[in-house]
Amino acid sequence: MNASDNLIEISDLAKFFPVKKGILNRTAYHVKAVDGVSFSIRHGKTLGLVGESGCGKTTTGRAILRLIEPTGGSIRFRSKKLAGPGQAFKTVDVRKVPPATLKSLRQDMQIIFQDPYSSLNPRMTVGGIVGEPLTVYGVASGSELEDRVEHLLSTVGLKPDHMGRYPHEFSGGQRQRIGIARALALDPQLVVADEPISALDVSIQAQVMKLLDRLQAEFNLTYLFISHDLSVVRYISNSVAVMYLGKIVEMADTKVLFSNPKHPYTEALISAVPIPDPKFKTRRIILRGDVPNPADPPSGCYFHTRCPYVDPLCSRETPAFKDLGDNHFAACHFADRLSLLAVDRMC
Amino acid sequence: MRNSKNKGESLLRIAASQLLKNKGAVFGGVIVFVFIVSAVFAPFIAPYDPLDSNLEDALQGHSLKHWLGTDEQGRDILSRIIYGSRMSLSIGVIAVLISNAFGVLLGLVAGYVGGKTDNVIMRIMDILMAFPGMLLALAIVSALGPGIFNLMIAIGTYSIPIFARVVRGSVLTVREMEYVESARAIGQSHFLIVLKHILPNCVGPILVLSTLRIATAILTGAGLSFLGLGPQPPAPEWGAMLSSGRTYLRIAPWVATYPGLAIMFVVMGFNVFGDGLRDALDPRLKT
Repeated sequence: MNASDNLIEISDLAKFFPVKKGILNRTAYHVKAVDGVSFSIRHGKTLGLVGESGCGKTTTGRAILRLIEPTGGSIRFRSKKLAGPGQAFKTVDVRKVPPATLKSLRQDMQIIFQDPYSSLNPRMTVGGIVGEPLTVYGVASGSELEDRVEHLLSTVGLKPDHMGRYPHEFSGGQRQRIGIARALALDPQLVVADEPISALDVSIQAQVMKLLDRLQAEFNLTYLFISHDLSVVRYISNSVAVMYLGKIVEMADTKVLFSNPKHPYTEALISAVPIPDPKFKTRRIILRGDVPNPADPPSGCYFHTRCPYVDPLCSRETPAFKDLGDNHFAACHFADRLSLLAVDRMC
Repeated sequence: MRNSKNKGESLLRIAASQLLKNKGAVFGGVIVFVFIVSAVFAPFIAPYDPLDSNLEDALQGHSLKHWLGTDEQGRDILSRIIYGSRMSLSIGVIAVLISNAFGVLLGLVAGYVGGKTDNVIMRIMDILMAFPGMLLALAIVSALGPGIFNLMIAIGTYSIPIFARVVRGSVLTVREMEYVESARAIGQSHFLIVLKHILPNCVGPILVLSTLRIATAILTGAGLSFLGLGPQPPAPEWGAMLSSGRTYLRIAPWVATYPGLAIMFVVMGFNVFGDGLRDALDPRLKT
């Protein structure tokens, strides 16, 4: 991989939430929601970030945009908006930029939210919602603003004359399109899509996925696609990172990950993907127990409490995030020895 | 917006149509409306000058000349009640505006900024709230001296913590909504986030509380005037009229009764209307 193709490079990103206790409100311990996450996304590509609920996917997405202040790590981003004259882009560390720069940087990185019912202000019209980013930066006003908003609405498949309406007059899928139009208003490079379709009906999900796919091609967008649904991630992503308890346990190109998983957790997730054919007998791996408390993670490999291939070594030593070649990384002591089930072999 | 036929229906407009379907709210609204009309058009409605005393006609009962009788100085009670609605309504409305101005601001700051700021503001509000409202207003009026403006300030002050609390509570809920995060993601300033995203979504509770607090403010105002701390005689204030009328309760009960009834009706009107408003603005009724 050519490093200069990367739009964003994240290394050792961490977010610890302090838990306060007692009348003195002292910090008793930290919940390590995101603990040393590293990955990079190439320009115009999609990285799928998957994992169970509570594993830190959403926190990762928000920390990258600094909607939550990260505790540690670096986020190197190739910003177009901050580029000086004659420059195509300027590389900055998102974590270190001062507030004024952060504001201009925000034009380059946007987010699509999970819940289209709480992500649109019920007291604003659709025109106001989609046009707000444009007014914040003084990009357009008056009739030019209206033209831009109309254009954005038709880009995401809504009618321009929906402008004067309020969010509660729309269906979930339409509301999500409004949210997408708002995210696109400033012509961003990176879009963090935080479970953008999981709150929608299955029939609408496909439409929104197709829309996201089309917009990526049209505007050369780079997606960080956060989801718990592997079949969705498989459809849209170029590469996939699997998270467990605040850490990435496996990362590979999508095809490789699904055909040759190297981490037992990935195997268990893949085995849970439904296959739309009643004749297929899948061997489903049911994980024992629950996700451990992130405030008090297990020793050694975090996954050893639930791993079907557990070995005494696993509870003693933390596995390294090994490079298995060909952009394939996995954090398992036995990554090169285990023969795990992939999607194609499961059927 | 260009296409007027495609104008959406705002949530407030939906709430207004809900309100009109509620019989109790309409009843309360009509009472409030009648008092507002009589306050605004007092000089045209009142048959006599409220200050015009005529000792020959003192303590007259009901008659065609004086529908509600006259008081100890021969002044027409109906006219005094009509003019009195100006006093009571302005005490209620201005006092609530004062508490709104400070309470909403403090509540917004406490709820949005959070942390130590929140703690300091809310503890001060707790101290204010620890005093019984009437007693606090009494203390403020005695410190500032009697008079209608001091009365408004006193009554306004003691409602500030109630507004601050309610607003802070709503802000804490609204602040966590994804549209607020979305506004931060596009780089909107804190000031405009509060103004455009948070405050408009707290309007419902503020509106309901204001209506209900107007009733309380009118009642407290009348109470303080009864004690002689409000507008000074001969100004027609219901509480003061009640106070001076109680001397003649045995021989001329109407002198104290009608101002009392006026207070009762206006307070009831605002309360019933406020309850209806709360039902209409209840978020659980909308999907």
